[in-house]
Amino acid sequence: MKNLFLILILLGLGSCASQTIYYWGYYQDLLYDQYDTPGKATPEIQVLKLEEDIEQARSKNKPLPPGFYAHLGYQYLQMGRTADAKESFDAERRQFPESAVLMNRFTKKFKTKAKTK
Amino acid sequence: MKYLIFLFLVVSCATPYNYERFIAAKPRSILILPPMSNSTDVRATYSYLSTVTQPVAEKGFYVFPVALIDQMMKENGLPSANEMHQASVKKIREIINPDAILYLTLENYGTSYVIIDSQTTVTVSGKLISAVTGEVIWEGKASANDGSQSSGGGLAGVLIGAIIKQAVNSSLDQARKVAPLANQQLFYADQQGLLNGPYHPQPQI
Repeated sequence: MKNLFLILILLGLGSCASQTIYYWGYYQDLLYDQYDTPGKATPEIQVLKLEEDIEQARSKNKPLPPGFYAHLGYQYLQMGRTADAKESFDAERRQFPESAVLMNRFTKKFKTKAKTK
Repeated sequence: MKYLIFLFLVVSCATPYNYERFIAAKPRSILILPPMSNSTDVRATYSYLSTVTQPVAEKGFYVFPVALIDQMMKENGLPSANEMHQASVKKIREIINPDAILYLTLENYGTSYVIIDSQTTVTVSGKLISAVTGEVIWEGKASANDGSQSSGGGLAGVLIGAIIKQAVNSSLDQARKVAPLANQQLFYADQQGLLNGPYHPQPQI
């Protein structure tokens, strides 16, 4: 009987743990690597892993977490892929209107850069 | 045993946090700044920073991209967490526009070695400030450790266990594993943690 309770409790905990709102994938691990061992999280590596996360999130039918697209956009930006960067910043703003002021600040930069060229 | 139960009751009956200001402020978005750290290891700030987006976002808030914000602040003449914590709330609101700003301090972040064993402790305290009024709308503190007592095996077994653990885990890696426990306690503790934000399935504000 005691064991049964324990199993039920564990099952309960297990199901709670998996019920996240978002699909987290590599995002937080990349944040760690980026500071701890930057060689393991160059913009190129991050883009590959984060793009994989987008696929995974889609197949699991879960949204990506706050900041995910903005972080991806910043990786594109460091690689000089400005069109992809802009698209990611737009995606962040669409998913989370709370980010609009910051995202507009980034996308506006591209416009002014384009003008000065 | 009776005393133990009594102790539990006392702990669980701790005064519930007064959420009046939290509810009035109705934050949707939270800017988490890199934490200040009392740890001797300067990398503690960024090790911890990589663990804190998830618990706050899963509480239902929009969390700004922490690494991007850190980079932006550095580019704008704020090279360290201490300086970022001094930045004017008004200026932050103008540039980033969060509803609230979370200021965190790591009081412990790492491993202390005693004779036969080591223990990794993470103690973190946090203050949530309304970016509109500048008032404190929530604060809390939590501590967790890996309670790493090896069981059985006699003294020799314990010794070997401790030595192996020291060899395998760098202190920072271990602290990063303990951090989610501290976060869980800080943000999710009943009547003490954050209220559920607007993206939570059961929002409370």
